[in-house]
Amino acid sequence: MSFYTAIGLEVHVQLRTRSKMFCGCSTEYGAPPNTHVCPVCLGYPGAMPTMNEEAIRLTVLMGLMIGSRINSYSKFDRKSYFYPDMPKNYQISQYDQPLCIGGSVNINVGGVTKPIRVTRIHLEEDVGKNMHFEQTSGVDFNRAGIPLMEIVTEPDMASPDEAFAFLHAIKQIAMYAGVSDCDLEKGNLRVDVNCSVRMDAEGPLGTKTEIKNMNTFKGVHNALEYEVSRQEEILLSGGIVLQETLRWDADQGTTTGMRSKEDAHDYRYFPEPDLMPICLSGETIDDLRRTLPELPAARRSRLVSQYGLPDYDAGVLVADKAVADYFEAVAELSSNPKAVSNWVMTEMLRMLAESDTTIDNVRIGAHELAELISLVDCGTISSTAAKDVFMEMFQQGGRPADIVESKGLRQVSDVDAIELLVARAMTENPASVADYKAGKKAAAKFLVGQVMRLSKGKADPRMVDRMVESKLSGS
Amino acid sequence: MTTSIDKMTAHEAIAELNSGNVSSEELVTALLKKIESRDAEIGAYISLDADAALQDARQADRARASGKSGRLLGVPVAVKDIINVNGQACNCASKILEGYISPYDATVIRMLRNEGAVFVGRTNMDEFAMGSSCENSAFKITRNPANTNCVPGGSSGGSAAAVAAGEAIVSLGSDTGGSIRQPAAFCGCIGLKPSYGRVSRYGLVAFASSLDQIGPIAKDVEDAALLLGIIAGHDPMDSSSVKVPVPDYTASLKPNLRGMTLGLPKEYFVDGMNSEVRDAVMRAVAQCENLGATISDVSLPHTEYAIATYYVIATAEASANLARFDGVRYGKRAEGSNDPVEMYYSTRAQGFGEEVKRRIILGTYVLSSGYYDAYYLSAQKVRTLMRRDFQSVFENCDALLAPVTPTAAFRIGEKANDPLQMYLADIFTATANLAGICGISVPCGNTSDELPIGMQVLGPAFKEESILQVAYAYEQEQKQVAKVASKQ
Ligand SMILES: [Zn+2]
Repeated sequence: MSFYTAIGLEVHVQLRTRSKMFCGCSTEYGAPPNTHVCPVCLGYPGAMPTMNEEAIRLTVLMGLMIGSRINSYSKFDRKSYFYPDMPKNYQISQYDQPLCIGGSVNINVGGVTKPIRVTRIHLEEDVGKNMHFEQTSGVDFNRAGIPLMEIVTEPDMASPDEAFAFLHAIKQIAMYAGVSDCDLEKGNLRVDVNCSVRMDAEGPLGTKTEIKNMNTFKGVHNALEYEVSRQEEILLSGGIVLQETLRWDADQGTTTGMRSKEDAHDYRYFPEPDLMPICLSGETIDDLRRTLPELPAARRSRLVSQYGLPDYDAGVLVADKAVADYFEAVAELSSNPKAVSNWVMTEMLRMLAESDTTIDNVRIGAHELAELISLVDCGTISSTAAKDVFMEMFQQGGRPADIVESKGLRQVSDVDAIELLVARAMTENPASVADYKAGKKAAAKFLVGQVMRLSKGKADPRMVDRMVESKLSGS
Repeated sequence: MTTSIDKMTAHEAIAELNSGNVSSEELVTALLKKIESRDAEIGAYISLDADAALQDARQADRARASGKSGRLLGVPVAVKDIINVNGQACNCASKILEGYISPYDATVIRMLRNEGAVFVGRTNMDEFAMGSSCENSAFKITRNPANTNCVPGGSSGGSAAAVAAGEAIVSLGSDTGGSIRQPAAFCGCIGLKPSYGRVSRYGLVAFASSLDQIGPIAKDVEDAALLLGIIAGHDPMDSSSVKVPVPDYTASLKPNLRGMTLGLPKEYFVDGMNSEVRDAVMRAVAQCENLGATISDVSLPHTEYAIATYYVIATAEASANLARFDGVRYGKRAEGSNDPVEMYYSTRAQGFGEEVKRRIILGTYVLSSGYYDAYYLSAQKVRTLMRRDFQSVFENCDALLAPVTPTAAFRIGEKANDPLQMYLADIFTATANLAGICGISVPCGNTSDELPIGMQVLGPAFKEESILQVAYAYEQEQKQVAKVASKQ
């Protein structure tokens, strides 16, 4: 018996704007409750919404990133339902004429690339946050009115893994476009899923259930795994899946019913009379299209062709737009892009993780890293010494050449100086010289090590190699 | 003062203040005295803010003494209880907003303040502007100064009665389906509903957002022009306000109508309307012709659908607009509830009056899934047709002349239990709101019972200067006639 799963997502992404969707209040996170509020976002009598143009621009940008058609005419609607965290008891959202229609996002699971179709992207306002105390409850309206873009997909994902991959892809794109910080800890991304299972691959989709309001990708994955197997068990036992809305209980690891189809809300949508329709000219849309950043997938293949990087490297670098930007800034200045990639992927990412910081805050500028790489490439310092210089720059800043000087890390590549050391090593270790002559070629390695020790590691190891070899075979 | 306070207009008050005959403090004191003596009978005000008003008046006097000026510097203005004034109650004549003190000024209030206006008090109205008689106020009824057994009209009945009774020099009302023009007609004052988008709605508690407009109620046309000139204009806080330049309305007032074509829409002179109203309006039409206007018969074929269309759209919008009154953030909260849903039920059940509940239920119904297309969508389509009706007649007419209401003021209690009869009071006024055009109500005589009758002048959107011009010329002519009559 095999099952076929169809998963669709509704992803609410908080847009990166300074002020709220319909008023001038700040969107700053973490302020004391009810300090970023005004008559508009508190739904006071007589207050009216005014449009945040930046939120519209960012939503359109996201649509363009994933190939949506941008509606030249779209409008806002009122979605009515009563809830204490809703200041007006209606939410200003977009019903039948959203800003963006269609589009798709490629995901990669198990080495297979698959497009996931996006149905629409619309713009809406966030609600407040209910808080429960011992005896009473309260509402913090700081979040009320913050702009959210809702990305709705077709039920194209066939497994929780695919849903997981989609969420990562959408997060990456949103961050690339600069439309959202996508900070999951701050609730910047919240996900509703719908999920159905059927036994006939060609048949119609099974009855779907919805799971609302999850804010971690892992949580979405777990909830979907649970829900898929729950539905499979029902079908296996000959039962019928009920169309209902569920809540994911992360602690218990189960879904529980919130409401059935019968008590579904009638939202009584109608056009928002306080806001004028949004009319976007072809020119405006084209102007935005010109500002479009490169999609992560396109950038990955460009890094391969432009810098000759292995595909693996390119994948690691583009995973974070800021990291990829950094790489390119250094690579532009360097004649050795592969070395740049190695430094960024290994030392840099390791140090960022260890010091819990981001690449935007590092002390090593693009010029400095490029210079460090060139110092290694011209043999001025050894790669071991370069790591010390890197650490110094990471922690204290500074120019690599200065650090090399002050720490005395310059490699000795003076023939006369090295010859003296080679001679001294051979005098001090006659037994090794004898061994070599007796055919024990490994004795040369020991002598090289002695020369390096005498030079306190500063001698150019390739020169030492060569000179020990010629001295032994010549004498 | 050369004019007594109860007859005084705003432009007269400014002249008196500027000439130093009177101070703003004296003016406000006299007005408060008049209110004290008359309002027990009329009930035009819900609350007075005497201390603040006197303080503002003294400040205006000091400002004038230091050489400052303002188009209303030191002039008291009465405000309908639906417009937010910072620090004052804004109850909308509803129990559900008991205890609410507004934390901000509506844009119109800010504009009036900038010109030095002083706010004396808040006038009575039908709860949330829903009604045509002021009988739906949760606090009190207001009586018509012309006959205290009659209603003053509504919903801006308090604003109209205050002006007519001499308890206000000018006032602000709001008009969603006739709520300025109908009470102005019933009380015998000037009431102007601006074109949709002409005046900012920011701070006006919304009843039906696509229909509401704030406008002046005044003793003469010049005051209406003066007030409109101050409150009109684009407001970035109201996206539905329009960026159209504001002309000098006062300068456009001329005492004749030469070169103007005035339309007479046949649908506004229906069988069964009160013959005294019809005759008074037709006499006024003849006078306009004497003043040089060309009168032309026109037709607005979709007028008969106005009431149905109006009540679908207005109630639909109201059902969402009034959802915010839930006891969570401000106003009344019913005690003793254990969960939010129970709290909503009891707060709204106790807080709203019958008419408001009726309209919320109607509006909820017409927006319900499965009914939306049949009601709301159809109503919007009819609305478009009505707008086109007006557009086509305004191709050949500068303005239209019509009655404001089918009858003069009715008696208190007469229609209170018959909502449908009450809804028909809006039959000639709701069309202007649906089409977004402007209209003004001008007194044009009295019935045999001495009840005022109003003529309505309707003009194209953003052509307030046209209707002010017609109303002004007619008003001046009436004054001439009265003067001649009194000499004989
Ligand atoms: Zn706000």
